[in-house]
Amino acid sequence: MSQAEEPSLSVAVWRGDETGGFETFEVPRQANQTVLDVVTLIQRSLDPTLSYRYACRVGMCGSCAMTVNGKARWTCRTHVDKVIKGNRLEIAPLENLPIIKDLTCDMTVFFEKMVKAKGYFRGERTREDDFETVKPNSAPRISADEAIECIGCGVCYASCDVINWNPDYLGPAALNRAWSLAQDERDNIQGERLAAVAGDAGCHACHTHMSCTERCPKQLSPTRSIAGLKRLTAAAVVKGAL
Amino acid sequence: MNIGLVTRLWIWQRISGAFLGLFVLVHLMTIIHAIQGGLSASEILGRTQGNVAWLMFYGSFVLASAVHAPIGMRNVLGEMLGWRGRSLDWAMAAFAVALIVLGARATWGVYA
Repeated sequence: MSQAEEPSLSVAVWRGDETGGFETFEVPRQANQTVLDVVTLIQRSLDPTLSYRYACRVGMCGSCAMTVNGKARWTCRTHVDKVIKGNRLEIAPLENLPIIKDLTCDMTVFFEKMVKAKGYFRGERTREDDFETVKPNSAPRISADEAIECIGCGVCYASCDVINWNPDYLGPAALNRAWSLAQDERDNIQGERLAAVAGDAGCHACHTHMSCTERCPKQLSPTRSIAGLKRLTAAAVVKGAL
Repeated sequence: MNIGLVTRLWIWQRISGAFLGLFVLVHLMTIIHAIQGGLSASEILGRTQGNVAWLMFYGSFVLASAVHAPIGMRNVLGEMLGWRGRSLDWAMAAFAVALIVLGARATWGVYA
């Protein structure tokens, strides 16, 4: 029996910083191979200097997002079969974020914008008080059901056209986080948060292109969250609270 | 900060956009209907001159456009040219005034 040639993938991987370029590796094709498997194989077997980021490998931590064949994706749960063109893969760091090295981008601004959007909880109670309950079937709790599932992978941020045009724009993830907190009846900085997410760098800059919603690996809709913030800020202006 | 202003502009753009949707539809249907029988310019003017309903309609159309277009242009110029701040806001206010003046002149032209 003649030995069949082992099928291989031609993988173009971004190397270096903003001024870098693609380097191509030949990688053995395997069944059920994920894009993260491919990157890991390159780093462990072909070039140990390749930098990339991952942690959980099961779609929970949000650290392995990269640009795969032109689209931002979570690589740990992206099967090569789903995204391959011919036998070629192109893997680059996320767009709209500064490149540190190879496939690793600097997420600082992404998380800073979460803070700018007041994407944190401020309650009134202290550790001496009893727990404050949120009714699971209340309308605000239900409307935050989806938004709270965000894993902060940055795929939406990398896919957003508005960030490309307006670097100050808070972006889908930060606004989605703000929306989930705007639905939290225990939180008592609602006015401050609405002021933080309104304006030219906030929810009103969103063009509803819905790239974030289309690309979100958790199939959430930051667009819907942003629309919710637009409604809340509009209501606040009408009431004279903003 | 311009938070309140931007939110108000957003609200006004939505309201004016809703009206424009209706106005554009009526405008296009009128054009298509009017040319069916081969109306001449003088025949059209014969119908619009002294007609307060058309004056009100196109007057409102001009106002909605003068609200809607500068707000949209403000976003486009900010994103495409990086022009932001007070100078842009004043320029867009001037654009709104220009649209009102030019639109009112045209509307009055077919009414008077």
